[in-house]
Amino acid sequence: MSSEWPLFEVFIRSKNGLEHRHVGSLHAADDTMALENARDVYTRRQEGVSIWVVESRHIKASNPEAAGELFEPAMDKIYRHPTFYELPIELKHI
Amino acid sequence: MSKEVNLEEQFQARIDAGERIEPKDWMPEKYRKTHIRQISQHAHSEIVGMLPEGNWITRAPSLRRKVGLLAKVQDEAGHGLYLYSAAETLGISRDELEVQLLTGKAKYSSIFNYPTLSWADIGAIGWLVDGAAIINQVMLTRTSYGPYARAMVRICKEESFHQRQGYEIMLGLAKGTPEQKEMAQDALNRFWWPSLMMFGPRDHESPNTAQSVRWKIKRKTNDELRQQFIDITAPQADYLGLTIPDPDLKWNEERGHYDFGEINWDEFWQVVKGNGPCNRERIEARTKAREDGAWVREAALQYAAKKATRNQSKAV
Repeated sequence: MSSEWPLFEVFIRSKNGLEHRHVGSLHAADDTMALENARDVYTRRQEGVSIWVVESRHIKASNPEAAGELFEPAMDKIYRHPTFYELPIELKHI
Repeated sequence: MSKEVNLEEQFQARIDAGERIEPKDWMPEKYRKTHIRQISQHAHSEIVGMLPEGNWITRAPSLRRKVGLLAKVQDEAGHGLYLYSAAETLGISRDELEVQLLTGKAKYSSIFNYPTLSWADIGAIGWLVDGAAIINQVMLTRTSYGPYARAMVRICKEESFHQRQGYEIMLGLAKGTPEQKEMAQDALNRFWWPSLMMFGPRDHESPNTAQSVRWKIKRKTNDELRQQFIDITAPQADYLGLTIPDPDLKWNEERGHYDFGEINWDEFWQVVKGNGPCNRERIEARTKAREDGAWVREAALQYAAKKATRNQSKAV
């Protein structure tokens, strides 16, 4: 069996002013072809004004099993939110 | 062992709480396998489904009809891609998926093993086959596996035009000459029962349903979805002035649903087992596409490698 084309992740900016957002993935021989195919597959109905493609193997992802140690420490830090600080109601614009 | 049991309980608890499962999360092996089977079957159906409709692109009766059909078949290629990508997140390669289709190890929807004999069949497919598919797919937008659910959201957004273009074709024919109306009726006659079969076996003969519902892979049973389809579709046939080929079909006031006749399950199993009118032809067409395209895929890789080397030497 011949080797498979690498996998790319596709990100699309739907309009200027908004961020690029992950929309899916596709296989392509190189990044130029990935961009062309992304345009054909993911923007058939004017879904975007800009496309990013990146080969999937270049993405380093966090491990879901480490979610506890990564994200739980933020849970008890309520002092990072504005409502933690008690001010009189009559005060304006703060 | 006890760790495994514990993980499975935790997994079920997450599902029960309405959480979505993402690719790198722990999941029971059977959940993974069931999804690979179901998502790939769905992907194969999109790709094989392009064949009966592609058959009429060059013979569409007007430019309006032709661009609509062409866009629909293009969409199906895209839908196949979204679904293959979702299946690949479960650790199976695109090559393996394709080989499973070509060797018959993986199935696709049996409806695409029926031939498209007249232009009216394109109308009937859009109306009935896409109509049945949409009912299933709308349910699947809330399925528990994240990548599958996201693919479904995208597909559902794109697919609503498919059914409308089909119904418009039927409407044109049904309001046309007696011969055209006859064509529409004939297409309905041939595609009605296979469309009902798309929802799969009766619930009591579908061994996977209970587990799939527990895991929220499916949120409704085959029989529930089939009833929903019939209730929606019967009035649409009336509007066309066409007759659904089922003498037992009638509104049941008490149940609030249509009653309908028995499906020919022998035919269903025959087609699933590969003995439908076009099974062999469909797989031959896909095999030919894969073999004819092999040199292109190979050449593109070589070209990419050469370009990468050149860019590297330029950088030095």
